[in-house]
Amino acid sequence: MTTLFLNARLIDPEAGTDAPGALLVAEGRIAGRFDDQSAEAICAAQGLTLAEVEMVDCGGKCLAPGIVDIGVKVCEPGERHKESYKSAGLAAAAGGVTTIVTRPDTSPAIDSPETLEFVTRRAQADAPVNVLPMAALTKGREGREMTEIGFLMDAGAVAFTDCDHVVGNTKVFSRALTYARSCGALVIAHPQEPGLSDGAAATSGKFAALRGLPAVSPMAERMGLDRDIALLEMTGAKYHADQITTARALPALERAKANGLDITAGTSIHHLTLNELDVADYRTFFKVKPPLRSEDDRLAVVEAVRTGLIDIISSMHTPQDEESKRLPFEEAAAGAVALETLLPAALRLYHAELLDLPTLFRAMALNPAKRLGLASGRLSLDAPADLVLFDADAPFVLDRFKLQSKSKNTPFDTQRMQGRVLATYVAGRPVYRKDA
Amino acid sequence: MQPPSFDQPHLLGIEPLRPHEITAILDLAEDYVALNRQTEKHSEALAGLTQINMFFENSTRTQASFELAGKRLGADVMNMAMQASSVKKGETLIDTALTLNAMHPDLLVVRHPHSGAVDLLAQKVNCAVLNAGDGKHEHPTQALLDALTIRRAKGRLHRLNIAICGDIAHSRVARSNLILLGKMENRIRLIGPPTLVPQQFAEFGAEIYDDMREGLKDVDVVMMLRLQKERMDGGFIPSEREYYHRYGLDADKLALAKPDAIVMHPGPMNRGVEIDGQIADDITRSVIQEQVEMGVAVRMAAMDLLARNLRKARAAQAS
Repeated sequence: MTTLFLNARLIDPEAGTDAPGALLVAEGRIAGRFDDQSAEAICAAQGLTLAEVEMVDCGGKCLAPGIVDIGVKVCEPGERHKESYKSAGLAAAAGGVTTIVTRPDTSPAIDSPETLEFVTRRAQADAPVNVLPMAALTKGREGREMTEIGFLMDAGAVAFTDCDHVVGNTKVFSRALTYARSCGALVIAHPQEPGLSDGAAATSGKFAALRGLPAVSPMAERMGLDRDIALLEMTGAKYHADQITTARALPALERAKANGLDITAGTSIHHLTLNELDVADYRTFFKVKPPLRSEDDRLAVVEAVRTGLIDIISSMHTPQDEESKRLPFEEAAAGAVALETLLPAALRLYHAELLDLPTLFRAMALNPAKRLGLASGRLSLDAPADLVLFDADAPFVLDRFKLQSKSKNTPFDTQRMQGRVLATYVAGRPVYRKDA
Repeated sequence: MQPPSFDQPHLLGIEPLRPHEITAILDLAEDYVALNRQTEKHSEALAGLTQINMFFENSTRTQASFELAGKRLGADVMNMAMQASSVKKGETLIDTALTLNAMHPDLLVVRHPHSGAVDLLAQKVNCAVLNAGDGKHEHPTQALLDALTIRRAKGRLHRLNIAICGDIAHSRVARSNLILLGKMENRIRLIGPPTLVPQQFAEFGAEIYDDMREGLKDVDVVMMLRLQKERMDGGFIPSEREYYHRYGLDADKLALAKPDAIVMHPGPMNRGVEIDGQIADDITRSVIQEQVEMGVAVRMAAMDLLARNLRKARAAQAS
């Protein structure tokens, strides 16, 4: 099957360009890229007849590499009522996410090759997008014994993480990092000083003090990152910090990168677009982990994404049912669904003129793909034709009950958003089309 | 008499109140102080209404005060000790609220160990809700009774130097007082060891002292807070005796305040931990007993005003 995307605004994160053009897709891969030429001219040059090529008129809208989202929680096994591979796959497709990299913080945790194979089977059967699983770094995510990293890699694990559980025992963590390095495995950690952040529901500051919420200093993130960086120097492991959300952690990250450590960092879309004050009157849909930060931190993190110091933006998609959210703030579960709101929320940064589109897709597609050794996330020749077509300007008001996710816990409910996905393609095939 | 101007459907905290609403409650409370001092203490302001006291946290004084206030105003009062009940069986707060709502209460008095829990509950029921303390957030009736006590002792509730001393961090009483006294334009000093005083309160205009002697200089009101037993053992402060030495209110430290400064405490007191027993009992300085008396009056006033608004709102709905 050959498809020609005509009249598109091509967002190329590799070249850093945002320019009109056309894209030819054949056999699920990108087969050619053209400046604004007519269909006839392109087909003639490629030796194709117009009849054998499916034409997609992009109408001047944006065509970008599909989003690669590291850190998506699908609640299988254990809590399928919150999110299944089917619903998460539909949500991803509707959000322009073509590859979801799933978290192992299920119940039970994905910490054995058998469990991993189970979720891989479920994903293949049900999800219309690419699904790559991560596995736990320690058994049961308990921070005591490392998992079978080698077997798990053979079974398809693309990275190892205990998610929001910090491996508190440095000896255990250093051994796991050392072993992971020998396998060439990527370790993803949650930089946080667990003692300081114990029981916290908010970031310490004026707001938490007024609301009487147990709070953690933003310094806890830097302390966790500093420790992990020291362990990286010791072990030489391949490391990714899942969420850097505070200004104070940035200099440490910058130094570690300058020193040549194999370190990358991510942040979540919520920490880029919301701040602590959004919690307002104890709105639990705004409870995420780590907690939302101050506006100064938010802007510092946006700037770090712009400069590339922070490599990756993730949705940190975390489905929670109504019961786990309709509780007093301290007791409520943390996390928000975000597969479908990732792109429109990220476009807030574009409309605020803080980040341009190639920079956004560098952080949402190119960098995560590169970090995982995937060929996707770019518009270059021969890359998989995982694409998202979107209207960056279309305004809408978000209705959480219209989300594809089984759980509806989004902080963006009833908010005005700008930017809609028109179609999503995985290996050249449409997996989502917005009905007119 | 002009009807007092108080427009709130609930009393969830001091934060949403405007100064004239605070004054409205205090003015009405004065009438109830007078009523409570008579032999015949009955009014019919809440006649026919059902008041449910729902305490998810142990309380003797506040619950008794609310119960008495409701009974003196003629309400049907029911106490529910939630610690011992369905919560233990795993019922969520919302389900509890919906269950209660089906019993058609008119006034719901709630205390809960988590900040914001009473706000959450108020969204789910259709009656007036009074916050009797939520986590470390607010305890509005305590702040109102403190305000009434100060106003009666000092003759005014503005331009006073007021020191709040002790465990500010874990105190909803301190938060509500800080907000109320700030709204009424007083100078507030927060005194305590830095482990128990959130420094962020400086941004709300409070002055923070960790030296109590310095902090008490020339204040009009000394408000002591209770130090919870569980905070004493090395976690936040080294020991009880060191705390008493540095932050306990004794005659020496009190001598630094204005000669006519009053001493307050929300109770229950730890004599010899945060306050010297003799000072607590000194009727020329201590207004601690008066605070308890004002508590009943202020709660009567608050419930009376909320009931008026509730009746008005329901009448408007019916027509």
